Amino acid sequence: MSVVTVQLGQCGNQIGPEVLSTVYEDSTGAHARTYKECSYERFFREDAEGALVARAVLIDMEPKVIAQTIAKASGSGKWRYGEKSHFCQKQGSGNNWANGYYVHGPQHKDVVEDLVRREVERCDRLAGIFAMMSVAGGTGSGVGTYVTQCLRDTYPHSFILNHLTWPYGTGEVIVQNYNSVLTLSRLYTLSDALVVHENDTVHKICSQLMNIKHISVSDLNKVIAHQLGSMLQPAYTTDSPAHYSRNPIGEMLSSLVCHPEYKLLSMLNIPHMAQTSLEYSAYTWPGLLKHLRQMLIANARMEEGIDWKVCVPSNRAEGGRNPHVGFNRSLSNLLILRGKEVSSADGGAFKESGLYVPWLPADGTFHTWHSPVPFSGYEKLATLISNNQSLLNPLDNIVQKAWNMFASRAYIHQYTKFGISEDDFLESFTMLEQILSSYTHL
Amino acid sequence: MTHSVIIQVGQCGNQVGCRFWDLALREHAHVNKNGVYDEALSSFFRNVDPRRSDGGGGAPGSRITALKARAVLIDMEEGVLSQVLSGPLQQLFSSTQLISNSYGSGNNWAVGHHTYGSVYHEQIVDQIRRAAEHCDCLQCFFLIHSMGGGTGSGLGTFVLRLLEDEFPDVCRIVTAVYPSAEDDVITSPYNSVLAMRELTEHAHCVLPVENQSLMDIVSKIQLMSHSSKSVSVVKKDCTIISGKGGVSKSEKPFDAMNNIVANLLLSITSSSRFEGSLNVDLSEITMNLVPFPRLHYLVSSLTPLYTLADVNVPTRRLDQMFSDAFSKEHQLMTSDPRRAMYLACALMLRGNVHMSDLRRNIQRLRPTLKFVPWNQEGWKTGVCSVPPVGHAHSLLALANNTCVRASFSDLRDRFTRLYRKKAHLHHYVCVDGMEVSGFTEALHSLSDLIEQYDTLATPSHTLPLNAPRLSIAT
Ligand SMILES: Nc1nc2c(ncn2[C@@H]2O[C@H](COP(=O)(O)OP(=O)(O)OP(=O)(O)O)[C@@H](O)[C@H]2O)c(=O)[nH]1
Ligand SMILES: Nc1nc2c(ncn2[C@@H]2O[C@H](COP(=O)(O)OP(=O)(O)OP(=O)(O)O)[C@@H](O)[C@H]2O)c(=O)[nH]1
Ligand SMILES: [Mg+2]
Ligand SMILES: [Mg+2]
Repeated sequence: MSVVTVQLGQCGNQIGPEVLSTVYEDSTGAHARTYKECSYERFFREDAEGALVARAVLIDMEPKVIAQTIAKASGSGKWRYGEKSHFCQKQGSGNNWANGYYVHGPQHKDVVEDLVRREVERCDRLAGIFAMMSVAGGTGSGVGTYVTQCLRDTYPHSFILNHLTWPYGTGEVIVQNYNSVLTLSRLYTLSDALVVHENDTVHKICSQLMNIKHISVSDLNKVIAHQLGSMLQPAYTTDSPAHYSRNPIGEMLSSLVCHPEYKLLSMLNIPHMAQTSLEYSAYTWPGLLKHLRQMLIANARMEEGIDWKVCVPSNRAEGGRNPHVGFNRSLSNLLILRGKEVSSADGGAFKESGLYVPWLPADGTFHTWHSPVPFSGYEKLATLISNNQSLLNPLDNIVQKAWNMFASRAYIHQYTKFGISEDDFLESFTMLEQILSSYTHL
Repeated sequence: MTHSVIIQVGQCGNQVGCRFWDLALREHAHVNKNGVYDEALSSFFRNVDPRRSDGGGGAPGSRITALKARAVLIDMEEGVLSQVLSGPLQQLFSSTQLISNSYGSGNNWAVGHHTYGSVYHEQIVDQIRRAAEHCDCLQCFFLIHSMGGGTGSGLGTFVLRLLEDEFPDVCRIVTAVYPSAEDDVITSPYNSVLAMRELTEHAHCVLPVENQSLMDIVSKIQLMSHSSKSVSVVKKDCTIISGKGGVSKSEKPFDAMNNIVANLLLSITSSSRFEGSLNVDLSEITMNLVPFPRLHYLVSSLTPLYTLADVNVPTRRLDQMFSDAFSKEHQLMTSDPRRAMYLACALMLRGNVHMSDLRRNIQRLRPTLKFVPWNQEGWKTGVCSVPPVGHAHSLLALANNTCVRASFSDLRDRFTRLYRKKAHLHHYVCVDGMEVSGFTEALHSLSDLIEQYDTLATPSHTLPLNAPRLSIAT
């Protein structure tokens, strides 16, 4: 089955190609033929000459990023984008969600729907749509929300997964919190799940784990692509223990999103290191999983600086309103193990019922996938995708900052001129307070 | 690629404008070495095929045949414009792009605004429409004029209104050159205050530049490069006052000062012309820096002012560039943003600068700056990969900061001193269309603006906000 990637705005169009390259390099380097074939089928199609063409659609309101992205992919000589699979305009959405959602989105609805439909029709079977964007700008966030809505209408039964890049806390876009609030509140009802990467976290991984001195945007994107690649590449799953799963997105969503009120997914990877250190490192599965479990419960985004004192509360009543200090409660976790001796790895410690809310059946909370093929040169790699409280704090910060700004009505005139009202803002705030409250009371 | 049109009005507007065109050509020639008309060039230049009579020409991707500036040049005196037509930039403009008269506005805002406004209304609209028709996607009008004379301030702000009526959706950014306190134009306070009312009400965004600051920066750079010790230290053609490498060879008075303003315009548009890892489109500038419609005056600073010949300690130099951008000496207005309140701040970088350099410097500088409570992290950042000619990297800081009120209230004082004595008033009110009430209304508008900035700077406004959040029934 195949995944159609939709890249939106500058961020989506810079991370998208990085993900496709990661997947391509990983598959091409793999010795296992079935793994390679399964991965190719997922993300690429072949043109008449047999060259690989990404199953992707590129959308931006300005031309520069897309031009660069397309040129870079063709220049690699490894894979390329489809000749007619991009759409751009001349002028961006100016960091204005309302401009993207109310003006650019509707203006180009037909063209964009057409592009996606053509890509979907080229799939023998569609596993789902993977839409990538930032929440802080105007195009990815505004046009991205609008496009997701159109896709939801056109493909009511397909899986739609959004990948969202959250901005650095200390701004890059001054109105980023408004744009984030407007995007998240709408996407929450449209999308099947939102996989989130925070630029702050990724930046820390680059500096502390990868030891990169001068961190560039492309360094961030490589880390994000690495994590997403390890999520999306073929694996044996619960439903498909003997063959590579045909529908990764569907299976992932059914194991992680069991309730429409909870759709925020975050990712942890271990180990993370500079390519040059890979061959000098040796890890054991028990060691990796022990760290990973502690990262999960203590809500550490990296294997460095984990608080080992945090433990699973013995008494469930301690959760909820008086959360156990530092404890990060989950609804569900999906553990993906890749590499050597993977069958010997034991994820049992992630099954402990104390990690989860009491009202879900125990067999629905935790799943493991595995693949014996090492991922991207990592002899062993564990990926954890979680639906839990780890995004509570960053989300609360976004809402708080946006709310402070809204209280003084700063910048509102820039939005209302594109047809959004103060009431629409309030509705979005209400929606997010609801989500915050739900996750707080796990 | 989006296109922009420059409208330069009056002596100052045209002199600054021409420095811009010269340095823009130099910059593009430096980046684009193959003689092909590229997207970047198209944002300010048209490529015209001289063999075609319809003025059409090569699309992006074709060879450069003849470049024409997307510009309209207006002056009510002939001197400056006839110099343009006989000077090294003459080929950039066709005579139809020029609108002139021979009498000037005599340093009288009312003459520029009302008299010439009504006479030239249609001709100006025609010229601007024509320039706009040549654009595929017109994004922005840059209006350049001085505040102190009659034509730039009067007719320039008249044009601003025309733009609002004719092209309401196109961004209007005004570069306004403010007179220094010792300006030789006696009526400059009148002209400036009358013009400011128009700028406050009809511009999306104003980049105020004070001649005093430009002079200070020029003399500082000249001192650095002439002092015997540092002769070898400052690279001659790598200062922001240098026109070296441009097509104009002779240096006129004001050129050094005007080169600074030209560099400001090159920097602010660099990210919409060239690629980068964090693009900042022109519309993002108002979107991020203008929280309330009238408060749209952005204080700018450009660093580095010059490049040193030896290239050791690059990281320290990079950090120095960030520090300098916030120092009083580097502002293009006599003001000290560090001692006042930031509403918002943009850092627009060019050249070889990494995300981590940006992060590090924001973290380092943030504690030394005051931001309004509802915008504690009011930073907008952009990275364009093409540096200015002669530099490895550069930074333009744009601040929406309450420090502008100092300059504005100085200006108000100078205005009131004249107005109290009714000095020169009769020269204004005898002009058709100009009423005495125009003076009081303009004064009011300025006082309102100052008060709005004052309110944001007062201590009650600096306390942390604690707006109770929406509560959700659980
Ligand atoms: N990690 C990462 N973040 C990016 C990248 N590009 C942009 N961002 C982030 O995305 C946000 C800005 O949104 P963009 O994607 O540039 O905006 P856009 O969707 O193109 O929208 P407009 O430019 O406003 O029309 C900021 O938070 C940036 O930090 C990227 O390549 N990688
Ligand atoms: N920075 C700079 N300031 C200038 C320049 N030319 C004039 N000025 C300043 O502009 C003010 C005078 O305005 P001008 O632009 O000469 O006047 P004008 O718009 O042509 O109007 P009239 O001459 O009255 O018709 C004074 O404050 C001058 O110091 C210039 O080339 N550069
Ligand atoms: Mg963009
Ligand atoms: Mg003049």
